[in-house]
Amino acid sequence: MRKDDIMIAAGLAFLILCVQNIDCTSDKSTQEGTPWNYDYTRYHPVSEISDWMERVVTENPELVSSSVYGETFEGRNITYLKIGLGSEGVQKKAIWMDCGIHAREWIAPAFCQWFVKEILLHYKTDKKLNEMLKNMDLYVTPVLNVDGYMYSWINESTRLWRKSRSTPPEGCTCHGVDLNRNFNANWGTVGVSRDCCHNTYCGSGPVSEKEAQAVTQFVGSRVDQILCFLTIHSAGQLLLLPYGHPHISAPNYDELMAVGQAAAKAMKAVHGMDYRVGTSPDILYPNSGSSRDWARLMGIPFSYTFELRDKGEFGHLLPEEQIQPACEEAFEGALFIITYVHDKAFHNRTEIGAASVARAFWATVLASCLATMYLL
Amino acid sequence: MSRPLCALWVFMVLLGDRLASPYRPETEPLDPEPHEANSIVELEVPPELDGTMSDGELVPHHYPAQRAAKVVQHYLNTRHGSPYRWIELHRVNKASLEDLGQAGKKYYLEISLKEVISNTDLGQCSAEVLFSGEQDQGAPQVQCPCEGLQKLNTTAEEEALFQRLNSSATPLSGSNIPDSYGHIAPEMKPLWHLGAAAASFVMLKESNESTLYNMAQVANITQLETENGQLRFKYHVLLHDMISQEILHWKLLVSWSPAGGVSVLQTEGQPKPAESTPEDTAPTSAS
Repeated sequence: MRKDDIMIAAGLAFLILCVQNIDCTSDKSTQEGTPWNYDYTRYHPVSEISDWMERVVTENPELVSSSVYGETFEGRNITYLKIGLGSEGVQKKAIWMDCGIHAREWIAPAFCQWFVKEILLHYKTDKKLNEMLKNMDLYVTPVLNVDGYMYSWINESTRLWRKSRSTPPEGCTCHGVDLNRNFNANWGTVGVSRDCCHNTYCGSGPVSEKEAQAVTQFVGSRVDQILCFLTIHSAGQLLLLPYGHPHISAPNYDELMAVGQAAAKAMKAVHGMDYRVGTSPDILYPNSGSSRDWARLMGIPFSYTFELRDKGEFGHLLPEEQIQPACEEAFEGALFIITYVHDKAFHNRTEIGAASVARAFWATVLASCLATMYLL
Repeated sequence: MSRPLCALWVFMVLLGDRLASPYRPETEPLDPEPHEANSIVELEVPPELDGTMSDGELVPHHYPAQRAAKVVQHYLNTRHGSPYRWIELHRVNKASLEDLGQAGKKYYLEISLKEVISNTDLGQCSAEVLFSGEQDQGAPQVQCPCEGLQKLNTTAEEEALFQRLNSSATPLSGSNIPDSYGHIAPEMKPLWHLGAAAASFVMLKESNESTLYNMAQVANITQLETENGQLRFKYHVLLHDMISQEILHWKLLVSWSPAGGVSVLQTEGQPKPAESTPEDTAPTSAS
């Protein structure tokens, strides 16, 4: 009898601990807080994304605000959504995410929208997410290279455009600069072309492009605030760490690798897709002038390039049927990294998805057992 | 009666908690020092990442092995690709490199392959890829005996397609496969795969250690008259090279029959089309 009492007391104490940490799976059928007639499983042109951003702000004023932080070459606004709780007049730690720096990588803006939708759906019921949004702001730019993205929507012949749409420099005849070679990070040294007609043309000088200037100014003025810089691309199924230059290593390379590997594992758990992790010179090619490198050089400790699906079968022309699974796995990877950097900064116990769901299950089992016991 | 049962449940709960939480970071006092990498308790760094490779051995998921393995994919698709067969590299498991001086560089690979259309695991294959030395700019030489390929039987579908296209009154044509949204009409899918198999001849020939090709799109396909029992097509394909990020245009004259397989009779590399500056991009008002 005594042994049983001790076991039950231990179980009760455990139940109390469990309940405090339950990650309640939210009711995914409620579309509360998201523009509910917006199809996140289709690609959207800039005009629809802009409208969607406005609605997200209007319908979630306690969580989301937006701001224009720069202008493209053709004079269009570059806008972020700022997502956080209790952010009025407070300088919080932050996460940066940008999508669509390369025009043809349509799955990237699709992912930024998906990401925001997931936050809106779960922030009230997911304790961990709620806590993170109280401690941090998420700055999400759904389309960074607005000019290029719009250009890629004109017709089939423009669909595979990559660069910005700035006019040709003196002595050359082609438009556009590869924005991800234009940042002030070993600019122009490796993995670039000086020919303005090439797709890796790095520009006439570092940060010559207005789009790169916008990110540089905004992020550059908040380097102490920003814990993590995520830039979303396709394709290749890769998680790239700094640096793109083969002879330079980030001081926290080991940690970046370990976190990246764990994020890739979380991504694989969703639909079985492999994502390779490493520096660009190791797993892909050397390059310079990338935004990821620049962010790390500025002192932002965590900086990753996500290269989403696929591995070449469709490449940048990823079918709309794959938007959902691609975004689901990318979300787990991004969330893992965001959770890690949050917990590191705020010294909390880390909850990884699977662990907390299992807790909820076992707590339910115990609760039902105790209920049965007291009823009999 | 219920109490011993409940004790068992409690025990299971406690056991379940242990199993459910592989990740238990130590509680640490607040300090400004950055965490060490080994504070991430359960994260393992796989052996191939630790950089201590013996002579000639390559890290399988690094780019040199990956590029060589992609060449094997192109080779296999020239031999076995068809409207109903598309072979894709799944993973590089082992790789090593032998420097043959003037004769070139030889890669030895252990790779896993998949046939994508039937979602068949082709298992592990060994392959050798020789990239010739600087003087001779010929195509890479590939050897890849792969027993898994015996599993594939696509004769029935291929015969049906052949009959349909051979006896059709109107020659087949199509463009932008896939389209901007990644969509492919079901009846065009076999022609897309055929185009990819044909493109593999070019991708194989053009590959070197500084390229990574995939077919981005069939821009255009036109069926020509059947000749010598082979269906014939004119293809305009877009290839994507990951390293330069360029899109390369190629025109191909392709013949195919179920028995004969895919042949590329003519190839013509196209210069990049002249840039157009459609007026629609100029904004009428700031958005």
